[in-house]
Amino acid sequence: MPMSQLSPEDLLRNGMRVDGRRWNELRPIKMEVGVLDKADGSAYIEHGKNKILVAVYGPREAHPKHIALPDRATIKCRYHMAPFSVDERKPPAPSRREIEISKVIREALEPAILSEYYPRTSIDIFIEVLQSDGGSRCAGINGASLALADAGIPMRDLVAACAVGKIAGQLALDLSDVEDKLGEADMPVAYMPTYDSVTLLQMDGSFTHDEFMAGLELAVENCKRIYQMQKEALRRQYLEVGGEGASAGR
Amino acid sequence: MASGKRLDGRGLLDHRGFDIRARIIEKANGSAHVSLGKTKVMVGVKVEVGKPFPDVPDQGVLTVNAELVPMAYPLFEPGPPDENSIELARVVDRGIRESKMVDLKKLCIIPNEKAFVVFVDIYVLDHDGNLIDASAAAAAAALLSTMINKFEARDGEVSLLPETIPLPISNIPVTMTFAKIGGQIVLDPSLEEEQVMSSRLTVTVDKDGRLCALQKGGMGHMTIRDVRECVKLAIERAPQLRKSLLEAIGYGKD
Repeated sequence: MPMSQLSPEDLLRNGMRVDGRRWNELRPIKMEVGVLDKADGSAYIEHGKNKILVAVYGPREAHPKHIALPDRATIKCRYHMAPFSVDERKPPAPSRREIEISKVIREALEPAILSEYYPRTSIDIFIEVLQSDGGSRCAGINGASLALADAGIPMRDLVAACAVGKIAGQLALDLSDVEDKLGEADMPVAYMPTYDSVTLLQMDGSFTHDEFMAGLELAVENCKRIYQMQKEALRRQYLEVGGEGASAGR
Repeated sequence: MASGKRLDGRGLLDHRGFDIRARIIEKANGSAHVSLGKTKVMVGVKVEVGKPFPDVPDQGVLTVNAELVPMAYPLFEPGPPDENSIELARVVDRGIRESKMVDLKKLCIIPNEKAFVVFVDIYVLDHDGNLIDASAAAAAAALLSTMINKFEARDGEVSLLPETIPLPISNIPVTMTFAKIGGQIVLDPSLEEEQVMSSRLTVTVDKDGRLCALQKGGMGHMTIRDVRECVKLAIERAPQLRKSLLEAIGYGKD
């Protein structure tokens, strides 16, 4: 049956979701650090069918000059979807959705960056969604955290993100695109484990107070799992490989 | 603020209170002016006949736009909407859309062909903080005051009749924004407070006490405990705020 003809009830059959996951399962995640040559830091992340490339430049001279801040670095963030990343071609110019997401991702990463170490400079984060399948802002944040670390930018913590939603009346972790479209709610959460703090929180749809409380807990628990994967990805690049990777970020 | 008092004399969780006037622009289908302290926001609603979106062919269309008018604040500049005005419009949009405030199914005239398009235009006239709550209240009041023409559809042609009916409404969301300043949470931040806050959380609650939209903003982070507290407070306070909003515009009386 084509995806477009599914009904919300089809999304959850005998506790199984369309892609075979249980309600509390993440999609498979693959993370790779230091994938681009020119950028100061970079990461590639696959999260289910999401394929996202992140590059970080900086700290570097702020352009235009008037955006420079006297007491800290200016953080710039661009979340952008490739025209071929979705079913129907997306015009390349940034949409209102992309502009809003760029802002909330910047505000999700900014609390983690020790921007006061680099006054008058700018740190630029570029997130390119090459293929999108629901939850791309969270996957983008996970990749951006890695790219910032890869650029050697001092951080308070890594930021890990995932979403919790509701399908056919039940909480479900990490909604895919069809699940988001047919589901009743979606709540992306970005989290810094060291501070037990949220750096991004959005929600749309309908949650009772209890569903929200349970959903937030589920999101936090899985942000912690993603956090471990991020540390693992950094270790792979910088500790185990040794040699080339270990010097690239210095 | 450590003593529990704010610069303007309010307690930490005191709201400045909305002053609302509805139906102030005769040429609009619906309109409202909201003062929240010294913040002033006007919303005009225009309803036109257009085409439904192909992915929801049996529904009317809702679009929300926000203008940060240059007269409102020294740093607002003319030009295409920036990220702040886009975020403002999209947060207000989510509150209206996700609560199903406007019954869009009733705004379809001919499936796939003709539907009412509801334009909600937010006009920020004076910025003294908490534009989101002021805009959401003004948008809600304007939609509640909106009248649309009765219509006749014949052979794919739509003719509007002179008689008007209220826009079909099926929920009334209320939006509350909390700011984290130092170690404290305050409701309804003023501009001065927004300038020193580390983060904010906007919570939209529908008539049944369900959450329909959330948005964290600002450069800082917010502990899980604070998030839970804000959501709890918002759900507790929503009925009272909704009541005062409806009383202010005399909704349900006529």
